[in-house]
Parts: sequence; structure tokens; C-alpha cells
Amino acid sequence: MPDTVTPPLLKRGSAEEMRSLGAGLDSLQSETARRKRTDLSRVLLPLAAVVFLVLAWQFYVSLGFRRRDQVPGPLDVLGSLGLLWQEGTAQEAIWTSLQRGVVGFAISIVVATPIGLLLSQVRLLRRAFGPLVSGLQVLPSVAWVPAAIIWFGLSDATVYFVMFMGAIPSIINGLISGVDQIPPQYRRVGSILGASRWEMAVHVVLPAALPGYVGGLKQGWAFSWRSLMAAEIIAMGGTLGFGLGSLLEQGRQLADMGIVMSAILVILFVGIAVELLVFAPVEKRLLRGRGLLAGSTR
Amino acid sequence: MTETLTQTQALAAEALAAAGGRRTENGQQDRAPAVVLENVGKRFGAGPAVLEDINATVRQGEFVALLGASGCGKSTLLNIISGLDVPSSGALEVPSDGAAFMFQDASLFPWLSARGNVELALKLRGVGRAERRVRAGELLELVNLGNAADKRPHELSGGMRQRVALARSLAQDRALLLMDEPFAALDAITRDLLHNELERVWKETGRTIIFVTHNVREAVRLGQRVLLLSSRPGTVVAEWQVSEEHRTNAAKAVELTGDITARLREEIRRHA
Repeated sequence: MPDTVTPPLLKRGSAEEMRSLGAGLDSLQSETARRKRTDLSRVLLPLAAVVFLVLAWQFYVSLGFRRRDQVPGPLDVLGSLGLLWQEGTAQEAIWTSLQRGVVGFAISIVVATPIGLLLSQVRLLRRAFGPLVSGLQVLPSVAWVPAAIIWFGLSDATVYFVMFMGAIPSIINGLISGVDQIPPQYRRVGSILGASRWEMAVHVVLPAALPGYVGGLKQGWAFSWRSLMAAEIIAMGGTLGFGLGSLLEQGRQLADMGIVMSAILVILFVGIAVELLVFAPVEKRLLRGRGLLAGSTR
Repeated sequence: MTETLTQTQALAAEALAAAGGRRTENGQQDRAPAVVLENVGKRFGAGPAVLEDINATVRQGEFVALLGASGCGKSTLLNIISGLDVPSSGALEVPSDGAAFMFQDASLFPWLSARGNVELALKLRGVGRAERRVRAGELLELVNLGNAADKRPHELSGGMRQRVALARSLAQDRALLLMDEPFAALDAITRDLLHNELERVWKETGRTIIFVTHNVREAVRLGQRVLLLSSRPGTVVAEWQVSEEHRTNAAKAVELTGDITARLREEIRRHA
């Protein structure tokens, strides 16, 4: 090892020189303004994909392998959807289901969030209940429908209960995994800054876990929407309102494939609309604000 | 294994500082000690000692550079001084209100703007909303970041992030500031610049700073005193006084840097 010494660091330059040097570095090294332009491919590509699938569907139907009343074409389904719309049945079913979905999901959030925070912060509770909550997430919530009908009869309570059993474990798990993924350095900074246990949870843990939490909410919504549809298909009549699942089941009882396909498409469409209008913007904003979207395919 | 932790009362320390200020022979200000380490040792579990018999005193308002090769337990020592960790043996005296800490990575919260990060430190100290905003603005101005206050950490360069981290640690308003290789990951020009800024901030705020680094030139550039820590176990093996002349006179700087580097290399060779 040669015993040469690199030149020492000396004080150089006046205060003014250093300030302008610093300003120059700052502007060179910080991120330049992002260009904002509406990307047409975001709209056109998904649209093209849908058109392609509809054409493929029409093509299959026109080959005539199956009877038309068993496998209706796109136009037939559109016709029966239009009929349902004119009668007002479609609107009623969408409104009923969406209302239930939103209310049930909101209650699930209110219940699941404190439980998730508690489980993620208290080791004893986490060890005791963690496996159970993960297990509940695997258990299909439809499995609760028979029990719920026996307990609550054919009432809205049945539908809500099944939704809770689907959404709550999923939101809890999302929050817990969000908390688990917090870099340990954040907590260290929090305690250096003198945060109490409560302040740590509110100012460090919760915001740091937010991306995971929103992921959990998204999945929680999917679970509650699915559970709702399942519950509506199985439990009909009584004091239950007429939802999209009920419409689907009615279509089956009438052996009307037009109604069945219409209901399926509407259920799918509502799911897509909620994802595009609610979760996608929230998630995107969240990730972009933290500089996590650079280079992603979103 | 004994475990004694004495903490000076902040008030008593302040009174001492006010009463102090007598001049020593070499003309240096002899102030009340801010940090006293007596035979501090640390081992994790049954492993070998990481730190052993560390004796050092840091006076109020002093800038001490703690120099050592990798694995000498510099970070462990800082953790002990800050109260994040406790020593296995020995005693230490630290300010009772704890210490501000700056890490190698800025460790800013990515969901808060530069201002938000500084304001959070103030908020956790119990500063009211209106005053927080004013104070955070002043602190960001102090590190020349007034214009970038509303940017998120990912929109800032590494040097700017470290300056926000510096503003945040100043927001803690602790007399003692611990810095764990804060400029290690920066490019040379930015580092030069931050050396100047840190020196200026230190002079303007009168903080006591313990600055850990493995870079001899950085230690000489910044510290009034350089302490050399040996490796495995870490203990203070040498100490140098650095005068202002060492920072402006190239020949003197080269000489001191050479001395310290030679000693540091000797320490590292012992492990060959």
C-alpha cells in the first residue's frame, strides 16, 4: 500500500460563491418537471381489447355450434339489457347492490382498521390471532351464507354478515402486511424524534403503511363485492331487496340467457368502474407522491 | 457487568455553561462537559466486545470528529450516546433531553414534503401549529432550502435531502447533535458544499456535534478535535487537536492528514 495521501480538504471560495454553487447543484440534481400529457393509448388499448373480445364472441356465435337461446350473441344481450333498463329493473338492481356494497365496505373498514393496527403493533395479539385472520381470508365467505340464513333469516343482515366475513380479514391482512413492510429506519427516526407509542402509530406507522393498506382496501372491496353477489344469488326473497345477484338468479330461474349475461356483464362493469374511478386514482396519487411510480408499467 | 447510567440535569448543565467560560492555558474555551464517557464497553450477548473502555469528554459547543475504520463500533457508540442502546459496562453522562441524530441516509418520510418532515419533528416536540410553520420555514432557510420547502424527498437531490435532514435534526432543538457518516454517500462537490454549510450552521446555532466518519480528510476539515477509534474492540487510541490553520493552510493540513492517516492504517494493519 503506497503511503501517499490525497490532498486535504481546504476551505475555499467566498460564502457567495458557495451559495451560487449550491443553487446550481440543486437545480441540476433535482428532478425536472414532469411532462403532463394525456396518453391516448391508456384509453384506446383497453377499448381495442374489449372490441376484440366482443368480435371473437360474435364470431363464435355466428359459427352456430350451440342454440341461440343458450349462447346469445353480443347484440342479443345488448337487447335484453336495454329491455331491463327500460323496465327499470337494471337500475334498481345496480342501485340496491351498490348501496349495500358501499355501506358494507365502509363498515368493514371501520371495524378492520383498528383491529389491523392493534394486531400489527401488539406482538401477543398478533401471535394469537394472526393465523386465524389469515385463515379467515382463505375461507370463502360464501361458506357463511347457510349459517347466516339460519341466524338472520332472509334479511339484509345476512347479506352484510357475509360481506363482513369476506372484507374484514382481507383489510386486516393488508394493513398488517403494509406495517410489516415499513423500513425499520422509519421507526428509528420516529423514536429519535421523540414519538410516543400513539404518535408513532399515527405519524409514522399508519402513513408508512398506507400503500399496503390501500392494497388491502382494494382487495377488501373485491372480496366484499364478490361476497355480496354470492349472498344475493343464494339468498332471495324475504325482506331482501332486489340486487344484481338476485337478477342473475332470476335469469337462471327463467332460463333467460339474455338476463343472465346482462347481469354478469353489469356486475363486471360495476367492478371495473369502482377500480378505475376510486382505487386507481387514489393508488396512483399515493405512489407518485412517494416517487414509486417511475419506471412502472402503469 | 455493571450498568450505570448517570444523566446530568439539563438545567444544571445550562447553569454550568452560563457560569463557565474560563480560559485554559492554550486559549481554548473550557466549557462544561456535554458528554462524558467513562470506561464504556458494549458487547452483544456473549459475542466479542464491540466497544471497550472508551473514555472521552465532549464539551458544550464542541465539534468532535470520531474517526475509525469500518467495524469499529462507531455507530454503536452513537446509539449508546443517543440512548437508542445501553452500554454493557461503564458509565456515561449525556444531556437529559437526549440528542438529535442524523443518519447516513437522510431517512426522510417520503409521504411528507421537506417542510412537513421538519414540521413533524417540531410537532413531536410539542410546538404549536402556527409556530411550527414559521420555525420550519426558518430552519429550511438556514440550510438554503427555502425554495424547495414543498417538494417531496424523491424530488430532491441527495445533498438537498441531507440538508432537510439537518434542518429536521436542528428542529429537535437538542444541544447535542450526533451525525453518523451523514455525507458518506454524496459526491465530492456536494460534500464540500455541505461541509461549509454544516460549519456555518454549527457556528450559528452553537450545537455540540459528534460527527462519525471514516474519512480522515473530512474529520480534519470539520472537527476541532479528532478522536481515533480502534477496531474490534473499539476504543479511543489517539486524539488530535485541529486548529483553524489546518483548514486553510495546505501544508499544515497535509501534515496532519498524513499523521492521522498513518495512524489509522497502522490500526487497520493490526488486523491483517
